[in-house]
Amino acid sequence: MSAHLEHRSRSPLLLSRYAEALFWLARYMERIENLARILDVTDTFVRHGADQSGWRSVIQINADEKRFTEKYGAANADNVAHFYLVDRENPTSILSSLFAARENARTLRPLISTEMWGQINVFYNKVRLLTAADAAPSRVSGLCAYLKESCQAHAGITDGTFYRDQSWAFYCIGKYIERGDQTSRLVDIKYHTLLPHVDDVGTEVDVSQWNALLRAASGYHAYRRIHPSGMTPSSVAGFLLMNHSFPRSITLCVHQIEIYLSQLSSGYGLRGAYAAQEQLDELRAALMDQSIQQILSRGLHEFLDWVQLQFIGLQNVMAANFWRPVEASQSQSQSQG
Amino acid sequence: MQGLLDGYDKGPYFCELMDCAAHDPAVALIAERLSKMDPEELCRRAAIAEVELFNQGITFTVYSDKDAIDRILPFDLIPRVLTAQEWDGLERGVRQRVAALNAFIWDVYHDQKILKDGIVPAHLVLQNANYRPEMVGLNVPHGTYVHVCGVDIIRDQHGEFLVLEDNARTPSGVSYVLENRTLMRRIFPDLMDGIAVKPVGSYGIMLQAALAEIAPPHINDPQVVLLSPGIYNSAYFEHIFLAREMGVPLVEGNDLIVKDAHVFMRTTAGLAPVHSIYRRLNDDFLDPDVFRPDSTLGVRGLIDAWRRGNVAIANAVGTGVADDKAIYAYMPRIIRYYLDQEPILKNVETHICGEPEGLAYTLANLEKLVVKPVGESGGYGLIIGPHASAAEIEAFRAQLQADPANYISQPMIGLSVSPTLVGQKLAPRHVDLRPFSITGRKTWVLPGGLTRVALREGSLVVNSSQGGGSKDTWVLE
Repeated sequence: MSAHLEHRSRSPLLLSRYAEALFWLARYMERIENLARILDVTDTFVRHGADQSGWRSVIQINADEKRFTEKYGAANADNVAHFYLVDRENPTSILSSLFAARENARTLRPLISTEMWGQINVFYNKVRLLTAADAAPSRVSGLCAYLKESCQAHAGITDGTFYRDQSWAFYCIGKYIERGDQTSRLVDIKYHTLLPHVDDVGTEVDVSQWNALLRAASGYHAYRRIHPSGMTPSSVAGFLLMNHSFPRSITLCVHQIEIYLSQLSSGYGLRGAYAAQEQLDELRAALMDQSIQQILSRGLHEFLDWVQLQFIGLQNVMAANFWRPVEASQSQSQSQG
Repeated sequence: MQGLLDGYDKGPYFCELMDCAAHDPAVALIAERLSKMDPEELCRRAAIAEVELFNQGITFTVYSDKDAIDRILPFDLIPRVLTAQEWDGLERGVRQRVAALNAFIWDVYHDQKILKDGIVPAHLVLQNANYRPEMVGLNVPHGTYVHVCGVDIIRDQHGEFLVLEDNARTPSGVSYVLENRTLMRRIFPDLMDGIAVKPVGSYGIMLQAALAEIAPPHINDPQVVLLSPGIYNSAYFEHIFLAREMGVPLVEGNDLIVKDAHVFMRTTAGLAPVHSIYRRLNDDFLDPDVFRPDSTLGVRGLIDAWRRGNVAIANAVGTGVADDKAIYAYMPRIIRYYLDQEPILKNVETHICGEPEGLAYTLANLEKLVVKPVGESGGYGLIIGPHASAAEIEAFRAQLQADPANYISQPMIGLSVSPTLVGQKLAPRHVDLRPFSITGRKTWVLPGGLTRVALREGSLVVNSSQGGGSKDTWVLE
């Protein structure tokens, strides 16, 4: 007990503003990586004629139909790549996300390692100078590879240099919320594009389209290892939703969030984490207590919609408890502390 | 082989390198190494330095509509070198100056003896816009008001150091001193090889220690913070740098809250007490209850908490009364008055037009002098005699005679020069020096300081907004 208290007293305090910036830094970097994956895979599969609806589904995943159509009209390779790679007026473009990530990193410069800042700074300044020609269809794949690698460099530098106190937990919670949310959107859109009728579930379908879905999540090889023969929609959906070892599955993301929330509550004694743990419980239960077949028969889209709402709810609980607390609850926690 | 410094012509000015090389073997060695450098290699290294500064974000940021453009402060990789003996005088001079500034500020907010004794005209202090009546009678720990001081020093044709200005509010630039050194060690290690240069890396530790020294005395392990106006401030990089070097949180006004006259910061664990604040915010913005009511950068109730001794603020409020141009002219007398010592660092010769002999001299020599208005007016109404037309001088004469107390005059000083990389050559460029001191109980001076260089040929203006850059400043052991 005393050792535990000693550990806590030595652990530095974290400004609420920094916690929020860490959460968002992680989310934006994760978002960029996911978007780059999706663009890359879409480019490959549309090119091979496997998935003609591919470019439209990228827009659907990001819920950008209205804004995109107003500005660009047709969803083709040129337009979609430009919209998501280099359009600074599009708030969901990689350039905009990277700008936001860098502004958060700038706020965090007193806290994060100089290597973390330096890498994001160089990354942003490179992407800032990209032109429409750099986002031309023939270059999309190469550019996406660079974007993914830069996000992975960020992840590696962060893993290797960032001090592991509560700030690390806030960073990781942001990262896994974003990742879980992205996977749920990817499955939601792709699944219904590929398989509009519930009756088709369980039947063998055009394998290449499921390839695309798995590859967008970097899950193809992992999936093959545990399902060496055949490929069914339900097993792919089950893999992406419920696998315990695949780093992008919703279940794994939820489990990671759980671990970091519990560090915040019991490791660092942050009462604010209790409400977030409660909020997460329901999502965890929903993933544990039913099979993929049950989810599919009750309605995958409804389920994923609900998952996304749970993530939003979790984010709101984090904000309310850690970085936008009402004055009254703060003074209360002060007097109790 | 032709040496890089062979054709170097310092002109009528004192040269920081060549004039010292004549009598100091270490400086001579540096000059020799520089002279043997391959100009292309020098340019290559200069380019690397520029990229590093940019990539590391050692920059100030210009914000536009949807973008943020970073600019670096130009860096010249030829160092400015000070010998141990030169530094000894500078260091003692800065200490003396800071002691006098603190004694003066204490006095003007307490007994006002110096005003009653007629050493400094009372109206210059009491009617100064930077005089803060809120400070009257307030006691600050160790009598220290100016915790961080940056004294701007120039060197004349004869090599004598002269104080141009005291910066006793929130002087900036110290981050470049440390970053320039880091950069030099990385890209120019062969120049420093075997030469003992005083290190500068302890600035953050000394600053943190001073801030802990002024915290409320009953607090065991005081929480220090740096208060910044935020990422849109042009000095934000320096705020980050200092917070990191001190190991303390960088807070903005909204991170702090005052409850029952105590200051707290908003953390993930709730409100946590704050005991000592290094603020990089002007007096006006600190507390909307006391100063500008529209300030959103400050903290409501902060000054009250400070006055009650529940938190320390560095620098103290109201120090601006001491680094004003009007008071500057009196600094030699202020030093004699409080310390009973002759000034170690002289002022630039200054004629106070509010005094009969100063006015007479100024009127008789207008075409040779720089005449500056005192008080708040800043750069307005200044005349540079050698650059002015006869008509301008006569017009100014009438203005001066109408209100002589509003002016001081100084001779034109030919600032010292330092070899600077220009194209592929080393050419003389004018420099100044801003040493930084830290004062809690005692005063410590960071060895060296910020050397600013006017990169444009012939220019005497070292400010970054007008083509100024900086150099690493070496103090030899």
